[in-house]
Amino acid sequence: MVVRKVKEFIIEKLILICGIASIFFVLLIFLFLAKEGLAVFKIVSPSSFLGGKSWYPISEPPQLGILPLILGSAIVTLGAAVISVPIGVGCAIYIAEIAPLKIKEVLKAGIELLAAIPSVVLGFIGMVTLVPMVKNVFHLPTGLTALSGSIMLAFMAMPTIVSIAEDALYSVPKTYKEGAFALGATHWQTIWRVMLPAASSGILAAVMLGIGRVIGETMAVMMITGNSAVIPQSILVPVRTLTATIAAEMGEAVVGSEHYFALFAIGIVLFVISFAINVTADLFLHKRQ
Amino acid sequence: MPKIQTNGLGLWYGGFHALKNVNAGFEANKITAIIGPSGCGKSTLLRVFNRMNDLIEGVRIEGDVLIDGSNIFDMRTDLVTLREKVGMVFQRPNPFPLSIYENIVFGVRVHNGRVKRDKLDEAVEQSLKSVLLWDELKDRLDKPALRLSLEQKQRLCIARLIAVRPDVLLMDEPCSTLDPQATARIEELMRELKASYTIIIVTHNMQQAARVSDDTGFMLLGELIEFGRTEAIFTAPRDKRTEDYITGRYG
Ligand SMILES: Nc1ncnc2c1ncn2[C@@H]1O[C@H](COP(=O)(O)OP(=O)(O)OP(=O)(O)O)[C@@H](O)[C@H]1O
Ligand SMILES: [Mg+2]
Repeated sequence: MVVRKVKEFIIEKLILICGIASIFFVLLIFLFLAKEGLAVFKIVSPSSFLGGKSWYPISEPPQLGILPLILGSAIVTLGAAVISVPIGVGCAIYIAEIAPLKIKEVLKAGIELLAAIPSVVLGFIGMVTLVPMVKNVFHLPTGLTALSGSIMLAFMAMPTIVSIAEDALYSVPKTYKEGAFALGATHWQTIWRVMLPAASSGILAAVMLGIGRVIGETMAVMMITGNSAVIPQSILVPVRTLTATIAAEMGEAVVGSEHYFALFAIGIVLFVISFAINVTADLFLHKRQ
Repeated sequence: MPKIQTNGLGLWYGGFHALKNVNAGFEANKITAIIGPSGCGKSTLLRVFNRMNDLIEGVRIEGDVLIDGSNIFDMRTDLVTLREKVGMVFQRPNPFPLSIYENIVFGVRVHNGRVKRDKLDEAVEQSLKSVLLWDELKDRLDKPALRLSLEQKQRLCIARLIAVRPDVLLMDEPCSTLDPQATARIEELMRELKASYTIIIVTHNMQQAARVSDDTGFMLLGELIEFGRTEAIFTAPRDKRTEDYITGRYG
């Protein structure tokens, strides 16, 4: 009896410690990020950091405006969303409502497979297939453009969007569908007028999480968007994203330099964006329940 | 001629014989109740009339169902038109997660494509009036239907049907989730609607069948054991099994 109780007690405490530890580490990371990142604001004001049009971190004096990077991330993400949301939601509708069982299974397996491809590999494939294609189709000097990044990121966001949107459609009560059919609605009318509105918060969450995935992606984007830190005038020019900037420059930045602090500050910006997206997605998901 | 006539109607769910040789005529402007113990095929029979069983895989049907003299299993029968004519109210009220207004105009839109706003407004007002909800709800038509009370939801579901101007109302235990007062009010509503519709109601509640219906059918294990005037069924049943059921010997 006593032994068992002691055992229970120890296991319980161990689990508690694990829980506390994970929170502790998150806190530690956040504090470190804040400490290193906020230091940059001794050199530039927040507004000229966020709104500054030039990013020349190693010139003398360094110019630390990340607007081109923010816009780079924004345009790549927006492009990816425009491509992946309609296709992803359409695919989810097809899987949840229309596809015969066999095709449904094949499609779901295919989408899981897509999710399992490491992003470097996707980036690599994108580099040798997508980049020349974009170059030829639009007659550009280089195919390393925001558009190439968008198309590839759309592939990465798709599995998230499809699987969560599909879940949302599945969890629409069957009685809605019956009610619509009983009123003489066709299958498509039922999907469009009843199922989609009923699943809308789940679908929005799917979209937000897909976009979250896109914003955080680094390697593949770095490989095919051309990495030029200028404000993009269109989607057909090279851009540099926030993530790619950190990944590419962290190795060369001297610890304790302005450049180093600026990269951490970019990290904070990314953190805030991802956090906001996740919280929004969460709100949508909870609204559903 | 009855509004709905079934001839030798049988139905299988895969290998399970759920309806066996059902022959009955359902009269226009009357309420017909279908009673019987759980699992005897009441809902199945009801769902034949608007072909909701088409949604279920492995269902096989034999025999005829004539509505206004034409066979609903005929290849020429269009499902959409059939369901416009034969509406269904479910056991659990199932308004769509849309506004009250959108719930009611749903069917109108489905059957008529683009409809002018004033036509829709008119349909909403008329159908809400006919289920006695208009005064309660006229100022909050844009509110979500899911916030209504159970009784209001069920009335709304009836209004939603009426907006499509069907001939036949199928009701599958429409009061089973409602309290006795709400039940009484829905029954009252059914009596009023009787003048314009053919109503078929499935119910577990024998008092309800006795109170509202003109004709009653008693089912057991997929068979229609007895069918006739409600008073006759309840006062002088011809079949021993009917008698056992209405005197409560089946539970
Ligand atoms: N989709 C289905 N697949 C297989 N069998 C079914 C299906 N639906 C109903 N059944 C079976 O058919 C029989 C009749 O079902 P039905 O729902 O019509 O009964 P009911 O009289 O409406 O019962 P209740 O009073 O409980 O609603 C039951 O034995 C049931 O198990
Ligand atoms: Mg039933």
